[in-house]
Amino acid sequence: MKYTFDWSVLWSGQAGLWLLQGLLTTLAISAVAWLIALALGIVAGALRTARFAPLRIIATAYVEFFRNVPLLVWMFFFYFAVPTLLPQPVQEWLYDHGAEFSAGTAALGVYHGARFSEMIRAGIQSIPKTQLEAALSTGLSAAQAYRLVILPIALRLIVPPLTNETLNLLKNSSVALTIGVAELTFQTRQIETYTAKAIEALTAGTLIYLILCLAIARAMAHVERRFAIPGMVGSAAEK
Amino acid sequence: MDFGVIERNWSFLLGQGFIGLGAFAGGTLRLAVPALALGFVLGLFIGIARLARSRWVRIPATLYVEFFRGVPLVMVIFWFWFILPQALGVALPEYGIALTAFVVFEAAYFGEIVRAGVQSVPRGEVEAALSSGLGQAQTMRHVVLPQALRNMIPALVTQFIVLFKDTSLASIIGYVDLTKAAQIVNNREIRPFELYLFIAVIYWLCAYGMSRYAGYLERQLATA
Repeated sequence: MKYTFDWSVLWSGQAGLWLLQGLLTTLAISAVAWLIALALGIVAGALRTARFAPLRIIATAYVEFFRNVPLLVWMFFFYFAVPTLLPQPVQEWLYDHGAEFSAGTAALGVYHGARFSEMIRAGIQSIPKTQLEAALSTGLSAAQAYRLVILPIALRLIVPPLTNETLNLLKNSSVALTIGVAELTFQTRQIETYTAKAIEALTAGTLIYLILCLAIARAMAHVERRFAIPGMVGSAAEK
Repeated sequence: MDFGVIERNWSFLLGQGFIGLGAFAGGTLRLAVPALALGFVLGLFIGIARLARSRWVRIPATLYVEFFRGVPLVMVIFWFWFILPQALGVALPEYGIALTAFVVFEAAYFGEIVRAGVQSVPRGEVEAALSSGLGQAQTMRHVVLPQALRNMIPALVTQFIVLFKDTSLASIIGYVDLTKAAQIVNNREIRPFELYLFIAVIYWLCAYGMSRYAGYLERQLATA
């Protein structure tokens, strides 16, 4: 193996700046997609436990459709196919305002929303039925009972699997490089292209991902302790 | 809308892209099936190594699992894309690179499934086997693993669905799988909506079918 290492490529030239920009883009796309996924996940997860069948069917269709197709296909679909269905002015506006980023965020958000909803459904189903009955008997409507009683408990129960899935979302944001989002993996490749120092560039990118994952796991462990419900911890362990 | 594009490219999309028959060394199934088999075998060793008593075995296996679970698959594919030809000194086809990357990456996840499966076997089984005169390795092979494998089946099918969907990422290094085949056809015909919807449906049918099967197996095991 004839390979001469030159780690200085990482701090000379623009490499450092590129890595920082990549890191910020990864964080931005992950954060926005996480919010979309959590919102979709809560709505779909709650609807999957609804008593009214049509709502349940719509939510199930969303979940089963989106989580059984590769994320990459959703990226291509949202980037190449969806804009062709939109009216001309919207299309032009999108292409002027970073269509890659919005398509990537949308794909990541709806894909992980389907996965989040499965955890939230499991969380809701792990709450004893009597909680809902008690909430309804105090005069709350079904929507109020979910919003004020069931969901707050469910969300606190699912913090551990939610951590796992959040890390998956962060790692999956790298798939957005395929549609040209300049996130961390994209910038790592760019350094390699400019310097021909593949190992150095990949090491830098890999270390940043590992540190990010460790930091998020740490932060979520804190959240888990803070919001744990005494006596109910770990009862929502599904995936 | 012109779904004729699917009909015109039917054999390329499904034959070449999905199955792997044709001019390119490609195919989603040709990557997913060996990656599953080899990844599971490697995962079996890693999962058992994680439970070893010697820390010289346990710690490297744990580091392996934690490392690959903390890095995106895309990154791992790029690593192998650059490292393998360097290390071996020869140009490798995309198939070899993609297969190696998937086996190494997925083995970390399979390892966790194996570990959980082995840990699900009651401690008393091991003690009984050892006291009947079986050695450590014999106990593992004849008593623990057969039971553990049974408990693992639903998780294994679920992980195979993940692997199956992940193989689409091999297209980023030019491997001609179903996704890449759709891209190639799209470059010529510019029919993104029809093509990407079509491959979404193909992926969906396979993944949903397998997830139903996993659910069925889970119910079977629960009643058995």
